[in-house]
Amino acid sequence: MAKRRFNLSKGKLIALGVLVALVVLAVLAVEDWHQLWKISSAPDNVPIVAMLFLVPIFTWMGIKQSLANDRLIKELEQDPKLAKTHHRKVEPWRPGWARELHVWPYLVRIEFLVAVIVTVVLFVWSITLNAPLEEPANPNLTMNPSKAPWYFLGLQEMLVYFDPWIAGVVMPSLIMVGLMVFPYVDSNPLGNGYYTLRQRRFAIGMFSVGFLQWLLLIVIGTFIRGPGWIWFWPGQTWDHNAVVFDKNIDLHDLIATSWIGKTLQLGFLQSNWGKWIFGGLVVGGFYVVGALFFHWLMTVDFKRISLRPLHLFPRDPFERKLLERTSILQYVTFQFFAISVLLAMPVKLILRLALTIKYVWVTPWFNI
Amino acid sequence: MEPERPDQPEYKETKQLTGDETAGSSLVEKVRESGMALKERAVGEVKSYKDPQDTQLWKSIFRVSHDRSDPRNRSLAILSNVFLHLHPAKINRDAVRYPFTWGMGGITFYLFIVLTFTGVLLMFYYHPTKADAFKDILYLEHDVPFGKLLRNMHRWAAHLMVITTWLHMFRVVLTGSYKRPREFNWGVGVVLLVLTLLLSFTGYLLPDDQLGFWAVTVGTNMARATPMLGSEGPFGVQLGMTPFNDVRFGLLGGSIVDSNALLRSYIWHCIGIPLVASIFMAVHFWRIRKDGGISGPAPVVLESEMKAVKKK
Repeated sequence: MAKRRFNLSKGKLIALGVLVALVVLAVLAVEDWHQLWKISSAPDNVPIVAMLFLVPIFTWMGIKQSLANDRLIKELEQDPKLAKTHHRKVEPWRPGWARELHVWPYLVRIEFLVAVIVTVVLFVWSITLNAPLEEPANPNLTMNPSKAPWYFLGLQEMLVYFDPWIAGVVMPSLIMVGLMVFPYVDSNPLGNGYYTLRQRRFAIGMFSVGFLQWLLLIVIGTFIRGPGWIWFWPGQTWDHNAVVFDKNIDLHDLIATSWIGKTLQLGFLQSNWGKWIFGGLVVGGFYVVGALFFHWLMTVDFKRISLRPLHLFPRDPFERKLLERTSILQYVTFQFFAISVLLAMPVKLILRLALTIKYVWVTPWFNI
Repeated sequence: MEPERPDQPEYKETKQLTGDETAGSSLVEKVRESGMALKERAVGEVKSYKDPQDTQLWKSIFRVSHDRSDPRNRSLAILSNVFLHLHPAKINRDAVRYPFTWGMGGITFYLFIVLTFTGVLLMFYYHPTKADAFKDILYLEHDVPFGKLLRNMHRWAAHLMVITTWLHMFRVVLTGSYKRPREFNWGVGVVLLVLTLLLSFTGYLLPDDQLGFWAVTVGTNMARATPMLGSEGPFGVQLGMTPFNDVRFGLLGGSIVDSNALLRSYIWHCIGIPLVASIFMAVHFWRIRKDGGISGPAPVVLESEMKAVKKK
């Protein structure tokens, strides 16, 4: 393997400079270090702080192996002669070497070692950090903020954006079922049992987006939500008397009362039937646009996208081949879960946080 | 193979000697001779115990010897052991490299064992009643020898198990290990993930402190909003749901988080969910073997080698 050199191009230098500047700004922006320390060092938050390190480390480990495999795949695709004789792995292998090892002792000893290490880690962790214990349960004294355990904070944070029946029941069920159907909608036969990004960019991308969203919601729930579930930036003091005036407004009200709505006389949107039909159309439209978006994402060749000349829909021949293998049922199932979970979540988050929109669809029975 | 008995011939000889009463040798001489014979027999026996693997006791427990370089014995070491037989006798030479699997599935299972062990010990000191629960935790923390360590370890192992489950899942996605023929086992894994979270969540209430109480209150309040089954969910009222008969009532055994909720949480935590999880784990591990063991590192397949979809 050729020795890698670190060539810092101009662009990379600028990016690095911006990153450093952002970190410096973030550090300068912290007004209450004590508050930040209190949150990050709370014993029950230690797992999330640990995850902030563990997830990048293991992601890096996976990406590193993927890139190595991808280089090999590229090399073999270009050299069919080599492909016929190559052992098809990046791990070293020579003719005459056994392809298999005895589990005793070569695997069992590793398992034993790992068990010992995990035990030591647990002992050190348990000796140095005590499990939290608050005052005895008291129904008359509400904890503020009262937070779910950290791994459920994503659901609790979702309560801000959706009604409880969606955030607490429908979304978790969709996530669970969506995860279960994941192998059945992935029609790509390649990348079975080895790391690769090149051959499976869409499947890995979709899962990673979901995983990151889940972690992001947890991080928001842990580090940003303070008393009254109010948004406090990390480093801001938690003000127990803070009050936020809820300016959130339903989409149909926003449009009907806006300048456009008044000029076009859209007052009927605020009637019972008006908002019911309007909301249904908006949600239906969201699914249509979402489907187009995912279809584009699935088939586009990112390397050939250009703005001048405008060329936004170049199709990737390999991804196209994969799409041909996908049955209609697989495609529709994927689209349903992708739009209802992966897309709906960030869209509603932005609508709520940036545009202060409460509901897009108001009906007598449920609101979305 | 029978253990050797070098003493056999001497034994006979001794018998002959003692049988011969007309030989005229004195009683002292007889005793001395039989003593010598006994000593020799003992020395012989001790010598035969020098290799414990040759003893009847060892063989009855382990059935085969383990430390021989004979490949057959290495296989038998795995195959004839109830705890190790989950493993195949041989695996892909590259699969033992840590960066491939991250070891997260195995660590998760190990943590489950740690949690069962510490959990059983904690159960000796804990009463799931409103009067005792909190006091028991204080007792554990301040009076029980190593009680604090025990509780801490149970707590941190539980948190760690959630993390390792997620990382295990992430790795399985990155290596495409959920693909045919392992789709079903991935589904079993998703169920196990949910059970892990539920195990952790049901344990949260047990100390009966403010933290657990309010976390469970927040959590179960969401159940009120279940469509059709919750008193505040869509179509709940129309179907006759009230706070006293809806799904939340069923979870808590009441309309508020109280003694019944504590008991239910305790039973789910210590018996119900571990039992279900064990069954799913058995299926999960069994399917790993049936689906061909660990998925990789497999030889890479090229785009040009992709087979056409079978037309029925």
